Amino acid sequence: MNGSKPKKVYFYGTCLVDLFFPDAGMAGIQLLRAAGVEVVFPQGQTCCGQPAYNCGYWEEARDVARTQVALFPEDLPVILPSGSCAGMMKVHYPELFHGQPDEAQVRAFSGRVYELTQFLVQVLGVKLTDLGEPVKVTWHSSCHAVRDLGLKGEPQSLIGQLANVELAPLARTHECCGFGGTFSVRQPEISGAMSCDKAADAEATGASVLLSTDGGCLMNVNGTLEAKGSALKVQHIAEFLWERTHAR
Amino acid sequence: MHAELEVHFRDSAAKALLDPQLRANFRRAMDGLMAKRKAQFPDPADLQDLRDLSTAIRSRSLLNLPDLLEQFEANCTKNGIRVHWAETCEEANELILGILQSKGAKTLVKGKSMVSEEMHLNAFLEQHGIEALESDLGEYIIQLDGETPSHIIMPAIHKNKDQIARQFSQKIKDAKYTEDVDELTAMARKVLRQKFLDADAGLSGVNFAVAETGTLCLVENEGNGRMSTHVPPLHIAVMGLEKVVARLEDVAPLYAILTRSATGQAVSTYFNLITGPRGTGEKDGPQDVHLVILDNGRSRIYADPQLRATLRCIRCGACMNHCPVYTRVGGHAYEAVYPGPIGKILTPQMEGVGVRHDLIHGSSLCGACGEVCPVEIPIPEILVRLRREATHTDAGSQVAGKGTGRTRTEDWAWRLWAGLLKRPRLYRLAAWFATRFGKALPAGAPLIQNWTRTRTKPVPARRSLQERMRSEAQSGGTRHD
Repeated sequence: MNGSKPKKVYFYGTCLVDLFFPDAGMAGIQLLRAAGVEVVFPQGQTCCGQPAYNCGYWEEARDVARTQVALFPEDLPVILPSGSCAGMMKVHYPELFHGQPDEAQVRAFSGRVYELTQFLVQVLGVKLTDLGEPVKVTWHSSCHAVRDLGLKGEPQSLIGQLANVELAPLARTHECCGFGGTFSVRQPEISGAMSCDKAADAEATGASVLLSTDGGCLMNVNGTLEAKGSALKVQHIAEFLWERTHAR
Repeated sequence: MHAELEVHFRDSAAKALLDPQLRANFRRAMDGLMAKRKAQFPDPADLQDLRDLSTAIRSRSLLNLPDLLEQFEANCTKNGIRVHWAETCEEANELILGILQSKGAKTLVKGKSMVSEEMHLNAFLEQHGIEALESDLGEYIIQLDGETPSHIIMPAIHKNKDQIARQFSQKIKDAKYTEDVDELTAMARKVLRQKFLDADAGLSGVNFAVAETGTLCLVENEGNGRMSTHVPPLHIAVMGLEKVVARLEDVAPLYAILTRSATGQAVSTYFNLITGPRGTGEKDGPQDVHLVILDNGRSRIYADPQLRATLRCIRCGACMNHCPVYTRVGGHAYEAVYPGPIGKILTPQMEGVGVRHDLIHGSSLCGACGEVCPVEIPIPEILVRLRREATHTDAGSQVAGKGTGRTRTEDWAWRLWAGLLKRPRLYRLAAWFATRFGKALPAGAPLIQNWTRTRTKPVPARRSLQERMRSEAQSGGTRHD
């Protein structure tokens, strides 16, 4: 990629975005295209394998991961609208494939993986123009985006480019929302308590939308807010950015 | 020694979550501790430097552990400290009982020691007619109620001032009811002072053991550590075998990061360097000093190159203070000597990954623990590894109870999961059904039921992203609907 901006990228939708947040996936693709990048979306995408990996079922995780890596043969960046799945592919694939015959191939793939906002800011350096009405939002930083992937405020800096958007700070912003994949159903009481606290902190900001980069967190916080009849909505950052910056 | 019973973290945690007083006590205390730690590390780069240095010191110590332990024992012996080795808690208890009995000791005053908790020493000594009194204020408070520590640094953190006021007025002879913290502390001090003077023996833990000098370092805030180790004629120290460092200069960075990470203090009120019994001409100190070095599964942890990182721990408790699970359920819910994230990796390795499967899965893998750990123990990665160990019997693994947490149901679930997701055509079919009929799944279906306790049921979109991208490709355009 020689330092110059890539002209072409792969997009990996992730299973949660594929089934629950396809608008966020479409918006991510549109944001990349708007920045002048051709987007290749290979069919055959399923899941990064994280659930099985986290539960210790590494053979099963590898079986699935191999089919996914094979979809991205060219030396192009692979963009994901998820910090958690990007973290899995970038940070944990090398561990998962350690000592396997295809380790080198997987490592090369991992090196090309980016979370969407990370790529928009660090690689493309996009400039956004806000076309929307004034709105107050808050930001939920997903644990894996920050701690696995090392995101350092890229999403917030994109929100900061939008003139009519006020970003209200969320209390205990680095605390987990309680999703944790299988944790949410294996430990429903603890997970539920964490989710309710996160929802309450989000409501206390006075924002009308909570944004995040991860489908898991969004599904969790949204479900909790809906159950308590809250007026606060959640939205994937890709969808929010696309809506604010492009006339329909 | 532990019953081969599956302990259900989920159940005890669920109970704890129903106690609003407990939850408020922990939330307030943990928020305070996080803020205090943060204030001690204003510069992230300085913090990282100190973490790197501390990690390097602990890793290097472990790398040379067998040699360092030999050197440490030799230097302790030279200093007049009698060193004993115990492979199990039972052996350690018997050793301590033997030492106490040989001196005719009937009362033991204790400084804080988590290893003695690991051994369940107090109960053991009581069975043999020896009174063991905790002298750390927090430990004293919980001992009055027959409780175990709920935090490794602040054992009574689950109680608030009012609860302690009530307890003291009921349990301490001639005590009046007061909520004044100074008065409460004075009450405990009055009882404890006399105990220090009367005790036949004192017991302490060890924070760092220095090989080159044969020194026992003890970090504390109340002076009870100093009193326990200096006033009675006999001092017995207990430590896990991982506590040794090579040089005295290794202690300074570890001490600096320990107090800052633990309680947000730049230094502790007391820092004791114990290098043997009272020497000729000296006016204080015990006549005899014994040291019991405990293994209790540590050698087995040590044998695994990845899991060895568990033994870097300096017992600061920062992982607990920053854990969103611990903050909500408190320490007792873990039903383990070491609660919180470090307990979730240490306990299953000591007691067996199968029997403590509940702890291994009691984490959202958020990574807050690994992020604050002063010696960079990759707690989330180790949790994932232990989940692996609990369900598989990989060759070469020495993990206690490996494979014993495996169930046929989970095996099948993951086989089905992989069978579906490694076949894109099958996934495509499943996605089609999910998007068309996902709404119809009852909220009371297994697993979904756990989700919908506190949340609405997630509803799949009407068309998947892949389906929309297929349509786009077929229409030949790049515009989407």
